Amino acid sequence: MSAPATEGPAPEIGSPRRRSEDARLVTGRTRWTDNLQPAGTLHVAYLRSPYAHAAIARVDAGRARDRPGVVAVFTGADLAAEQGGLPCAWPVTEDMKHPDHPPMAVTEVRYVGEPVACVVARDRYAAVDALEDVDVDYTALPAVVDMEEALAEGADLVHAGLGTNRSYTWVYKNGDLDAAIRDAPVVLERRYVQQRLIPTAMEPRAVLCVPEGDDFTLYSATQIPHILRLMLATVTEIPEHRIRVVAPDVGGGFGSKLQVYGEEVLALLLARRLGHPVKWTESRSEGNMTVHHGRDQIQRLTLGADRDGRIRGLKVDLLADMGAYLMLVTPGVPLLGAFMFNGIYKMDAYSFTCSGVFTTKTPTDAYRGAGRPEATFGIERLMDELAAELGLDPIEVRRRNWITRDEFPYETVSGLTYDSGDYEAATDKALELFGYDALRAEQAERRGRRDPVQLGLGVSTFTEMCGLAPSRVLGSLAYGAGGWEYASVRMLPSGKVEVVTGASAHGQGHETAWAQIAADRLGVPFDDVKVLHGDTAVAHKGMDTYGSRSLAVGGMALYSACDKVVDKARTIAAHLLEAAEQDLEFAGGRFSVRGVRDEGTTIQEVAQATFTAHDLPDGIEPTLDSDATFDPDNFSFPHGTHLCAAEVDTETGMVRLRSYVAVDDVGKVVNPMIVEGQVHGGLAQGIAQALYEEAVYDAEGNLTTTTMADYLVPSAADLPEFTTDRTETPATSNALGVKGVGEAGTIASTPAVVNAIVDALRPFGVKDVPMPCTPERVWRAVRDGTGPDGPGSTGGAR
Amino acid sequence: MPPIRVEIDGTAYEDDVEPRLLLVHYLRDRLGKVGTPIGCDTSNCGACTVLLDGLSAKSCAVLAVQADGRDVTTIEGLGVPGTGREHPMQRAFHEEHALQCGYCTPGMIMAAIDLLRENADPSADEIRQGLEGNLCRCTGYQNIVRAVRRASADMRQGAAQAQDAVQGRERGAAS
Repeated sequence: MSAPATEGPAPEIGSPRRRSEDARLVTGRTRWTDNLQPAGTLHVAYLRSPYAHAAIARVDAGRARDRPGVVAVFTGADLAAEQGGLPCAWPVTEDMKHPDHPPMAVTEVRYVGEPVACVVARDRYAAVDALEDVDVDYTALPAVVDMEEALAEGADLVHAGLGTNRSYTWVYKNGDLDAAIRDAPVVLERRYVQQRLIPTAMEPRAVLCVPEGDDFTLYSATQIPHILRLMLATVTEIPEHRIRVVAPDVGGGFGSKLQVYGEEVLALLLARRLGHPVKWTESRSEGNMTVHHGRDQIQRLTLGADRDGRIRGLKVDLLADMGAYLMLVTPGVPLLGAFMFNGIYKMDAYSFTCSGVFTTKTPTDAYRGAGRPEATFGIERLMDELAAELGLDPIEVRRRNWITRDEFPYETVSGLTYDSGDYEAATDKALELFGYDALRAEQAERRGRRDPVQLGLGVSTFTEMCGLAPSRVLGSLAYGAGGWEYASVRMLPSGKVEVVTGASAHGQGHETAWAQIAADRLGVPFDDVKVLHGDTAVAHKGMDTYGSRSLAVGGMALYSACDKVVDKARTIAAHLLEAAEQDLEFAGGRFSVRGVRDEGTTIQEVAQATFTAHDLPDGIEPTLDSDATFDPDNFSFPHGTHLCAAEVDTETGMVRLRSYVAVDDVGKVVNPMIVEGQVHGGLAQGIAQALYEEAVYDAEGNLTTTTMADYLVPSAADLPEFTTDRTETPATSNALGVKGVGEAGTIASTPAVVNAIVDALRPFGVKDVPMPCTPERVWRAVRDGTGPDGPGSTGGAR
Repeated sequence: MPPIRVEIDGTAYEDDVEPRLLLVHYLRDRLGKVGTPIGCDTSNCGACTVLLDGLSAKSCAVLAVQADGRDVTTIEGLGVPGTGREHPMQRAFHEEHALQCGYCTPGMIMAAIDLLRENADPSADEIRQGLEGNLCRCTGYQNIVRAVRRASADMRQGAAQAQDAVQGRERGAAS
């Protein structure tokens, strides 16, 4: 007996398809921007400020111009008339202070690394060599390093003309918070610091601009070719249609390449001036100083609760370090947290206030999670603190407060509507995988025998907002663009398929996942689909890739573009099969007449017939292509429960992560292999914030972590094996049911790790360890603890 | 400028180079062998790892003149794309989803091959320790560990089969 002939191939959506992208990446046949070297390419090197804050009295480039191989040297003054100012697309309040930000400094530098001159030479060595012959006279001005001091009366100013270091104060309130806190039997007040981080995509930034008559093609290691093109046109006044931006293979971004950088604007200007291709590739040390940084907040949190652990209200008071200037979305990043500090919990009153503060440091902007990790850290740390205060299990406190599975859709205190979720299911699964009860028993046993290595269990039950974003919501937040995404489908004459997406992948695997979607919707083999992206001449519009938006927004645009193709193909197929459209079925890529035992015709055959156009119905254009744009009605809300077991050596301060369980609910999954990979990578970055990474500035505003020897990106030896699993509650806001996964691991894991460390040290009276929780900081926390077992106490047994 | 002669991925190159020229810049800028990328300037990240006379070396920490008279294998010399003749390590990275953006991948693969040369059957911990000098920002390393384990198994199986074939031929010749 053979299998029934009607059975089609297994669905692509949901299958762990190996990635199409890999073939070039594992063989070194890549197109990184720095690989590109058109004939006559000139190389750019930047001279950068060694001062955090200084006036530029004079720049003398005469000797540099005379060096062999040097083609030109430009100072900020040379370019002042044409360089414009770098854009900020998110004026979060009407009175936000928004200082000018020239791509190359002209009269004043405000962070170490700000460019002051550039050399253009025939090769990169000659360019760098000549920098030493550019002389700059600086007059040092006071550095402004500390946010709280920056806001004090009489503080030195980053921008003297603004009269203040405060860029803006943004407020959201719901409910009577004062009453909620005033009457609450339990009030917790905490101050948490989100340290400054350096995103550290493995590929350093690079940009190549090729002039072609009045046109320019700019290749850049960017996440946002479309936004960059529009912004370059705005800044330089070169018309948008004269600029083509290509993001070739891009080696990671994590938000750091969601930016319009001065070096990108300057590449365009230099190519225009010199009439030659110009290329600049940063060194890592240069990048650590000048790629935008992430996080950097001081959080003052007040939580009021009842004795049974039920939250009454939460007050959030933030200072967010903008750095020296406002870049593309700098001021908006902390405000994404406004919607997430309430987490998965119900409460009646909430207030959020955030002030953006200027300092003489590298500007901050989006870094994986962008505002949501900071908020999730705050609330998830508080939930553990509340549990400790009440002597409850941290899981139990969360159960008493979270939105239950039958309460969706749920309008939260911060004004979002969570469409779906099942926190019970994810938590139950995580507890089982983790062996929670056995670990608690071991913890008690270790405490009982005063083991120098204590065990701590950290919990993080998080949600996040993904699928950025409904355009009307962005409009209400004064963001400068929409949140839709674009896709097109082209049926080629041979029946093969080209998919174009406006999302711009840089490691996420769009070429594979989008082909899976198209293969299913069109009923064609996976290998017959090619996905194109990252070139404004190919994808003429798009909103690019960030905010875990690509699948929930861009995947939906593709879904819809496929359906349009099928609809049109149906008309042509009906004509070819001499049947009425309404009598046709479409399954497995084949149109057939309902109830007729006939082969019918495949959509790929229809594509061929459309190409020849010999026999099309009247009024039908000979093309089987479509465009679609999708604007979501709502965000999507992935969630999950992460559990971390940390062994903490109380004598050395060393932390070892013994196990880590992540159960994520990202809705429907197109490719579970890619999803798991995204979770792994996200966990690594969130754990790195908890344990290893910090961008450190000294009192003079010098970045002291300029290299990978100082800024500790973890290696394989520094991370544990993760246990990952999923629950699946489909999103109701899109037909695919998908939510987004790019940032989940990063958002969830930082508080899980710190909660575990603090949990291990509770008997020592430790209530917090500042991040990163280095051995020294953990050791100091133990030493300074005031608990019954802490040396600082008098009541302990020691 | 000193002359050098280097065998790279099976091709001999003779060039005059500045004494300070880094091997990785020689590969990328002079020879156009851009499969080997640069991720840092302090030899921490390992993205530029190649095999120098069969041993892994960070090509940003080697001068081109130091490669004179030696043999260099880069990621481009390992396997030919699309021919099914990839190195087992390349295949394992693909099968185990051990890369995302792929920027660290050439160096990671070269370092992993050298790791298996020293230890044909490493444990997960040994792999983590052995690849400590190669940083990846995307994968969290878990699938890299899986890939190296898989390549290790495939290569040992391949070696055993090759040995069986040789012994088979010898037996055949003896009879």
